[in-house]
Amino acid sequence: MTEIRPDAVAVTIENLSLSFGDTEVLKGVNLTIEPGEFFTFLGPSGSGKSTLLRAIAGFGPNPGGRILIGDDDVTRQPPWTRNVGMVFQSYALWPHMTVRKNVAFGLEERKLMPKEIKARVDEALDLVGLLDFAERRPSQLSGGQQQRVALARTIVIEPRVLLLDEPLSNLDANLRIQMRRDILSLQRTLKLTTIFVTHDQEEANTTSDRIAVLDQGIIQQVGSPIHLYDEPVNRFVADFLGTANLIDGPLETVDGTALFESDNGGTAMFRPQDLTIQPPPGTAGPDAALLSGRVEHREFLGNLIRYNVTVGGRSLIVEDSHNAGRPAFSPGDDVALALDTRNIRILTG
Amino acid sequence: MNLISRSHWGVNALALCIGLFLLVFLVIPVVTVVIVAFQDPGTGAYTLVNFVDFFNTSLFQESFLNSFYVASMSVVVATIIAIPLAYFTTRFNFSGAVLIQTLGIIPLIMPPFVGAVAMLLLFGENGSVNLLFDEWFGFTIPFMQGLNGVILVESIHYFPFILINLSAALLNIDRAMEESAQNLGASGTRLFRRIVFPLAMPGYVAGASLVFLKVFDDLGTPLLLNINNMLAPQAYLRVSSIGISDPMGYVISVILVTFSLFSLWVAFLALKDKDYSTVQKGGGGLMKRDLRTWEKIGCYAVVILILLMVLSPHLGLALLSFGTVWSYSVLPDAFTFAHYGNMFRVAGPYISNTLLYAGLAAFIDIFLGTAIAYVVLRTGVVGRKWLDFIAMGAVAVPGVVIGIGYLRTFVEFNVPIIDKPLASWWVVIVIALSIRRLPYALRACMAALQQVSVMLEEAAENLGATKSRTVRRVVVPLMTGGILAGFVTSFATASVELSATIMLVNTEADAPLAYGIYQFMQSAAGRGPGAALGIIAVLIVGTATYISHRVIERTERQRSDGGIVVAEVAGAAP
Repeated sequence: MTEIRPDAVAVTIENLSLSFGDTEVLKGVNLTIEPGEFFTFLGPSGSGKSTLLRAIAGFGPNPGGRILIGDDDVTRQPPWTRNVGMVFQSYALWPHMTVRKNVAFGLEERKLMPKEIKARVDEALDLVGLLDFAERRPSQLSGGQQQRVALARTIVIEPRVLLLDEPLSNLDANLRIQMRRDILSLQRTLKLTTIFVTHDQEEANTTSDRIAVLDQGIIQQVGSPIHLYDEPVNRFVADFLGTANLIDGPLETVDGTALFESDNGGTAMFRPQDLTIQPPPGTAGPDAALLSGRVEHREFLGNLIRYNVTVGGRSLIVEDSHNAGRPAFSPGDDVALALDTRNIRILTG
Repeated sequence: MNLISRSHWGVNALALCIGLFLLVFLVIPVVTVVIVAFQDPGTGAYTLVNFVDFFNTSLFQESFLNSFYVASMSVVVATIIAIPLAYFTTRFNFSGAVLIQTLGIIPLIMPPFVGAVAMLLLFGENGSVNLLFDEWFGFTIPFMQGLNGVILVESIHYFPFILINLSAALLNIDRAMEESAQNLGASGTRLFRRIVFPLAMPGYVAGASLVFLKVFDDLGTPLLLNINNMLAPQAYLRVSSIGISDPMGYVISVILVTFSLFSLWVAFLALKDKDYSTVQKGGGGLMKRDLRTWEKIGCYAVVILILLMVLSPHLGLALLSFGTVWSYSVLPDAFTFAHYGNMFRVAGPYISNTLLYAGLAAFIDIFLGTAIAYVVLRTGVVGRKWLDFIAMGAVAVPGVVIGIGYLRTFVEFNVPIIDKPLASWWVVIVIALSIRRLPYALRACMAALQQVSVMLEEAAENLGATKSRTVRRVVVPLMTGGILAGFVTSFATASVELSATIMLVNTEADAPLAYGIYQFMQSAAGRGPGAALGIIAVLIVGTATYISHRVIERTERQRSDGGIVVAEVAGAAP
């Protein structure tokens, strides 16, 4: 983190529960988002991440528990008094208003002087590079431009917190990468506490200071992207962030020892790049175990080749980096695998 | 596009035939009416003198203002009825929503003029309601006095146009539209005024201008209520009493068409570039909330009051058809089946004529509708957009104008074998009906064809089917639901059409049901049988409407079952 804006605030969520009818969507969520942090709720659809974000904005059914913005308990406040800016997945630009009118809306609701409104709208549009489009209608803009208007409309009110609900999901791939960089740099400039909702791990990893992984209305783990990848606490997190080999029970090495035999009830996890594929018999360093198996399947992914290798009846995913001229193994080939045992994690969930 | 190269002479010939039909039976009659309106009746020279005469005659000035007043007030009253209903269904979790949907259909299954006389007996100066009011509170309300009667009957009949359009507009507003406004600090009435209202406005204006057009052009209701100082009745009376050469009927026709075009133009402007349908996947409608008990009671009270009003023409008609004497009393003195007996003795031909005319007209409509839809959407025939445009233009031509136009244009055209003018042959009624109903059938067929993906056709052609066989084996079967719905709608509305038929009926033996009702209702003694015939009309239209709803429902279910999924996915871009 760079320096923190003096008035950046924390968001504290205490034991938050929320149900739609009989369906419990959030089950006792506890979370503290630090002032000025870029924080991400990551999870599959139905995990409750959007519901949690909407609860912070004041939408949806009344939750149990508390939501604090700074020291201000907003749990029972209506959406229009919370002063948290939300960018909607569909952008929700009003089609009957020009871009300028859309951006001015929140300031007009705050009863500012017309002169100040104009100045601030210009400033916000300038910030997102759309000042020249102020008199257009939203329908005359591209998806990326609409996204920027939605962003300008939200930040112009100087919200206490910026909430982004899957803002990139309606954009095409190239624009998405550009836009996420723009959002991040905007956030860094404004030093605004930001919560970002996505189901895309790459989006989450590239932007976030910290990520909360949600599944079935429960926060599975909170941490920095690297921490979550390297030290997942359970199968869900391990699997959701990248590819993982998850092994229950023993795995026999070339010299006859059974790995993981003593880890009763736990699941052994290691990443595909922790295995080094070699022609048999192969070698292993001091911190590695040597396994032998047969290639079942091969996928060429450009920068790397992903193999499925059967070892003692188990299928392991192995990733080998690819350079021109480097030989590749074919299905049916017998291979040796060196497993870096330092990177093995035992998961309990 | 290869479409153009493949459009061969067959399609061109078809388009040409349709074009000729529309030219002869729609364009020429209307143009004739307009030309005659600008001609000196004596010399045939072009002049504005007819319009000067028109606006210098106090009766016509009055008629013009009355028509304008009645149409505007009907829009106002219809709006007052429609707004709470649309609001309840879209804003609240209101269990009476089904009731409201039904409310939106019931009025349309009975043409306004059929219930008009019954409304006089219920709401007139000495009608049931005012008798009760006088007895209980000592005052009466002039519901049906003069123009009020026309306004009441028309707005009860036409409010569904506003209700349907307004509800659709409200339902199409995505929840995020409201939420984002709340998020930026707006709430309550400001939120409604700045976001919800402007987004719903185009839909409302479209519905309202349709109501204005319909009421402004309506002939049957004022005639039945004996209000003659309005434009459409004046046109009819001038032509039927003075004759086809009197220029005033033409001047009035031009004014009617002008105002119809004007209200269509307003509707077009309201909707142009304003596709405000903002619902996203999984979004859906405004925020709904549960009602508190007293609110629920209030909602039901309003809905039931409106339901009673909407049902009153039907109720009154039923009472009238079964009652013996009904005058200066809340209910008829006694009940009888005699009117039905009387009616059936006389009205057999009316009913069979109606079934024949409406059936033929509906058949012509779906044939033209399917053909035009195919030519417009699937071929490169030059001028295809004009076919669509002209056929839709029939919306702006009031029945009275079609009637006058046909009389003037076809009076000198002798049909060879039967040796009488086309204008007085019953077939002309069928053609008038089909032209009047064509826009509705065409919309249904267009919508149906748009649902059929071009890919489905290409697949058939790829497997060796020719163009015409593809149409027959793939396109038409997939369109069946929509075509059938178009048929039934055309049939139902054509069977109770009065304004064009009343002018074209030459002999009593050729007269359809609507004309029969009008004839019966002219005398006090005929009201009972007339009401009985009205009930028959309601039954015919009601049955047809029910069938079309079932058909549409079934087609939609098939679609959602995945029967024609491809069409759904790819049909958007034919």
